[in-house]
Amino acid sequence: MMEFLSNFWVQLVIKLLIAALIVPLVGMVIGFAEMKLSAKMQSRVGPYFAGGRWGWAQLIADGVKFFQKEDLVPAEADRPVYKFAPVLVLVSAVAILVPIPFGPAVVGRDLDLGVFYVLAISTLSTIGVLMAGWSSANKYSLIGGLRAAGQLIAYELPLILAVVGAVIMAGTMSLTGIVNAQATWFSEHGWSLGMPFVLVQFVGFAVFMIASLAELARIPFDMPIAESELVMGYITEYSGFRFLFFFLAEFANMFSLSAIAATLFLGGYWAPGLSERMLNILGPGILFAKIGILVFIMIWFRWTFPRFREDQLQTIAWKWLVPISLANILATGVIKVIA
Amino acid sequence: MAPSIPGMGMAKGMAVTMKTMLRTIFLPGKYLNTVNYPVVKETPVARARGVIALDQEACTVCMLCARNCPDWCIYIEGHKEEKQPDKPGGRVKVRATLDRFDIDYALCMYCGICVEVCPFDALFWSPDYEYSEHAMGNMMHDMDKLQDWMATVPPPPET
Amino acid sequence: MTVTDQDLVRHLSEAAVSIELQTPEMTLNIGPQHPSTHGVLRLVAQVDGERTHNVQPVIGYMHRGYEKLAEVRNYAQITTLINRIDWVSGYANEVPFIVATEKLMQLEVPERAQYIRLILTEMARISSHLVFMASYPLELGAATPLFFALRDRERVLDLLESVTGGRFHPNFNRIGGVKPNAGAGSTQRKVSQDLPKTFLGETKAAMDKVLESADEIEDLVAGNEIILARTKGIGVIPSDVAASFGLSGPNLRASGVNFDLRKVSDYLPYSKFEFNVPVGENGDCWDRWYLRLLEIRESARIIQQAVDSIPSGPLQAKVPKIFKVPKGEVYVRAENPKGEMGYYIVSDGGLGPYRVKIRSASFSNISILPWLLEGAIIPDIIAVMGSLDFVLGDVDR
Repeated sequence: MMEFLSNFWVQLVIKLLIAALIVPLVGMVIGFAEMKLSAKMQSRVGPYFAGGRWGWAQLIADGVKFFQKEDLVPAEADRPVYKFAPVLVLVSAVAILVPIPFGPAVVGRDLDLGVFYVLAISTLSTIGVLMAGWSSANKYSLIGGLRAAGQLIAYELPLILAVVGAVIMAGTMSLTGIVNAQATWFSEHGWSLGMPFVLVQFVGFAVFMIASLAELARIPFDMPIAESELVMGYITEYSGFRFLFFFLAEFANMFSLSAIAATLFLGGYWAPGLSERMLNILGPGILFAKIGILVFIMIWFRWTFPRFREDQLQTIAWKWLVPISLANILATGVIKVIA
Repeated sequence: MAPSIPGMGMAKGMAVTMKTMLRTIFLPGKYLNTVNYPVVKETPVARARGVIALDQEACTVCMLCARNCPDWCIYIEGHKEEKQPDKPGGRVKVRATLDRFDIDYALCMYCGICVEVCPFDALFWSPDYEYSEHAMGNMMHDMDKLQDWMATVPPPPET
Repeated sequence: MTVTDQDLVRHLSEAAVSIELQTPEMTLNIGPQHPSTHGVLRLVAQVDGERTHNVQPVIGYMHRGYEKLAEVRNYAQITTLINRIDWVSGYANEVPFIVATEKLMQLEVPERAQYIRLILTEMARISSHLVFMASYPLELGAATPLFFALRDRERVLDLLESVTGGRFHPNFNRIGGVKPNAGAGSTQRKVSQDLPKTFLGETKAAMDKVLESADEIEDLVAGNEIILARTKGIGVIPSDVAASFGLSGPNLRASGVNFDLRKVSDYLPYSKFEFNVPVGENGDCWDRWYLRLLEIRESARIIQQAVDSIPSGPLQAKVPKIFKVPKGEVYVRAENPKGEMGYYIVSDGGLGPYRVKIRSASFSNISILPWLLEGAIIPDIIAVMGSLDFVLGDVDR
């Protein structure tokens, strides 16, 4: 059995299956959680009838509904660009998950430059958003695309700078290496208790979470979509399964960015007191729990706050987040050299 | 203008949402604000203006309701019937009888003028509201359907 | 003449130097179908990036012809139609019309009827302001206050329904008072439409809940730094500009003009109650929002006082069933939730008026939009339009 599983091609097939299925599954779970939690925050029930009085089948029903809709492409739209944009957004959501470790040996591919790769791939979705906004031949989509261009590019910087602190502390860019560094932080003193970087890098963690909310274009950084102004911003002209791609990609990106935050700052798959073999089995569960907390916080923010205006968004990014994260890097570097 | 670093105002807002969420999850009896409609139904108050019911026996085809309706959505046709006298030599009584009394609920404004001006207690308000149709033409209800709704008219409250 | 290579090169280089980057403006139609225009309002804006100029509102998509409809109907029928003008605050639309007719007939309305009218009008005011509380944060992006505000609006609407039978279109006013009984027939005549026995207790409980909800909305929305950043200093209307454009209601008071028809004119017995009129300072979107929250509290206070002190008595003055209003003209205006609403009635002695002219609050309120939105960016347009709290039914009638 173990020989069968360690065959390269079998592993490749398993990994491809996971990659193909993870986005719909994760999208549906997080989407369902968002519907139910937002309903409870607003004193209502949420999905109820789909799936035995509990509503878990609501998103499956939504998926089927989207698939059977007519494939509309606006007459004036730029057809190849219009059709390719959602694919790009979805692909970047899946590709981020490759180097994220769910256990010491449960990882798509442990890249030495894991952090670098992840941040680079996450910028692919920016291109997809711009393509969607421009090719839709709709003035409202165009406005949404313009806003997205400014916002997503502006928030790349804080996103990248925030993780540099964690990388300095761990000394490696490989994600498994960073989790190991958190797990074995105090091992030279003989303690088996590690240290999740969030305790020291709380500034970096906060900046990373805010920047990732902005990268996802979620409220309070909702200007590209801005439902009450632009109907759906750059997604306005999309319907049917193309809209499903954007919809699922948002939730999958939430999952991916929260996975990165959990790995870099909260300790990833590691929990104190577990052996390596246990971590291989329980690791995914631990990581999902940490991701769940972060996703809950994202949902909580979305339903409590209104949205910032575009110039206020840019002010926060350039005048606040970038200097704060630069100061964080400086402090981390100094302390690392001294201590 | 640059907004301040997230402070107390936002934290208070998040506290309100969290409190509502926990209350709705753990104490739904008191804090859940929605009525799960087809499974549970709220009963409207007795005076609620749901649908108009007709008592055919009481109607004398005086046409006051049709004349006073702001939308002219009541269609009435009637004819006079002669009733032979009980005793020979008595007067022939002439009674107006309804042929057609249709209310077009696609036009009806639910204002209640017809109910109020009827001098013979033939029209009543009923709080029934579940009579929607799939086609606009089916919203014209005839006198038998209106008579059926008399069963749902609540009794007058005792004062 | 042949074109030599040298000519070609010279022409091309000249052309290259004279081409500038053209960024023409885009004409954007905001509306008539749009999530945030409160109905079918169309704004034609010249947009350059995000900055607009020359915003022209185009109205009339909702014109239903009330003034023409009123020419062929009698007074009772018109009363049933006009509470659909500003459909959010249903009852408040009927009051100035009925008061105007009573003025023409020189009728004395019994006290109990006046108190009931006042209570229902203030409930309509709370209902309208709660809709504003619900929809304005939604336009700014916060989805949750919607549910809190509408939950408490349901309590007020339930009260309205228990008295009048209708939630939004009560149709409760009659010439000379309020609806006294259920009909004209011998049984219906005995069914009194007076306030139900449980009304006083339920109203007090509901007003307590409304005040609690106002506190909760204030916690959720008022201190929020994002809301402050989106509304403070946006859409400032100085007080002289507000008065010159004919703004009324909370929009005028937010700009600092202390003018409330409830204190000035006597169409309803407001002088018997103690209440403050909140007045703003800056005239920006924040003031307009916060003022309406304060007005909800004041209306709840008025209702609590009125419910405590309501006198007993007849519900309608003695009026013949078919009455004719004497010839004359009259104009009565009232403080509606959206602003000042007035009816100018010309009567020629018939069963119905000869002409009714409706001065609606929102029509005058949106006349300020071209001036106010000059040079604004699109998110600010949404914020400003929402803060003026107009309804297209009120604009177009």
